[in-house]
Amino acid sequence: MLESINLTCVRGDRTLFAGLNFSIQPGEFLHLKGHNGSGKTSLLRILSGLMLQAEGEVRWHGENIRKQRDEFQRELLYLGHLPGIKGDLTALENLRVNNALGGNTVSEDVAWEALGKIGLKGREDLPARVLSQGQQRRVALSRMLVSKAKLWILDEPFTALDVKAVGMLQNVLEGHITNSGMIILTTHQDFSVSNIDVRLLQLGLRGLGEGESGV
Amino acid sequence: MIEAFRWLIWREMTLALRRKAEVLTTMLFFVIVVSLFPLGIGPEIDTLREIAPGVLWVAALLASMLSLNRLFADDYIDGTLEQLIISSQPLALMVFGKILAHWFLTGLPLVLISPVLGMQLGMDVDSIIILMLTLLVGTPVLSLIGAVGAGLTLGVRGGGVLLSLLILPLYIPVLIFGSGAVESAQAGLGVEGHFSLLGAFFIGSLVLAPLGAAAALRISLD
Repeated sequence: MLESINLTCVRGDRTLFAGLNFSIQPGEFLHLKGHNGSGKTSLLRILSGLMLQAEGEVRWHGENIRKQRDEFQRELLYLGHLPGIKGDLTALENLRVNNALGGNTVSEDVAWEALGKIGLKGREDLPARVLSQGQQRRVALSRMLVSKAKLWILDEPFTALDVKAVGMLQNVLEGHITNSGMIILTTHQDFSVSNIDVRLLQLGLRGLGEGESGV
Repeated sequence: MIEAFRWLIWREMTLALRRKAEVLTTMLFFVIVVSLFPLGIGPEIDTLREIAPGVLWVAALLASMLSLNRLFADDYIDGTLEQLIISSQPLALMVFGKILAHWFLTGLPLVLISPVLGMQLGMDVDSIIILMLTLLVGTPVLSLIGAVGAGLTLGVRGGGVLLSLLILPLYIPVLIFGSGAVESAQAGLGVEGHFSLLGAFFIGSLVLAPLGAAAALRISLD
């Protein structure tokens, strides 16, 4: 269970949000909304431990994530704006090395299969730099297919993807929730996941503050 | 943990092999800087022999500086660095892996090519061996200390120049005792004292620099 307690984020001299409280339980899907510059990415970076909040704390199973970095990060899959892909490595190598560095070694067969599933069949052995934007995005997202992490934090995962890939991704997200995983996601695109309650968290209402409502 | 470390080394080596230019740049820079001195000073072999230790060490210092700002910059831009930071693996160990690969790709080639340049400056065989040994102990220190600076200046505009200003003063002790050892060898004196100190720098930075660089990276990405 991930809890945000009284989180405040200040960038420069602007307070993006203050006193933000929410929690997410296994099997829950949280959709983070807000206009550009409302602090969505900052919140996600704080939740994943990349950025330090001005006030408040993030707790994982009741304890501050900074006091149990290893345990928390083993359970975390964070995919940000940047794809985290090396252009000089092939799609397959990228997937395998990124997983291994994240502490989850996958065999070549598993990686091969994941890339096939995400629609990169026949592109597994190409250097990532010759792939298109959307294909590179797919290489980054293929980590979701082999991840053992409970908590997925996804920053705009649908960017640059075509309709088919978005549909495929929605299935993956549903599967993760069904396996009592947790997802926190931001996107400006419409998406639909069936049989799952998506909770909304709206940032940037009246300048600062939060409002939470189910959909 | 060991598995992740091996993968990291594999990645750094593979990337370097696929873009050979970076490794070659450092080495050619070293060769060219050293070769400029005979041209500028003149071909008197005694003078050249006398200045050889200093010239070679200063050139090695600058050459290893040259590649430093790329140590973390590429990973920072493509997002692999933030993945490294939130990986469940100890960041200091991962940073150590990057430093090790950096030394292997930029420091070790300098050690290996130094005998040729030593001969070019008229050094005798014994001092050339000492020169190689000092570089072998000294260049890892350069990579280790440099990594802390590279971490601190990451994402800063004009970071390259700032990095030099930050790091070069810290290289001075290594330069003094590295070239000092070679000078002593040329003069027929003992080199144990110099080597003890170089070794101390090496061990000290080996322990502290990965931790420092890891902390610097966390700050830079905040």
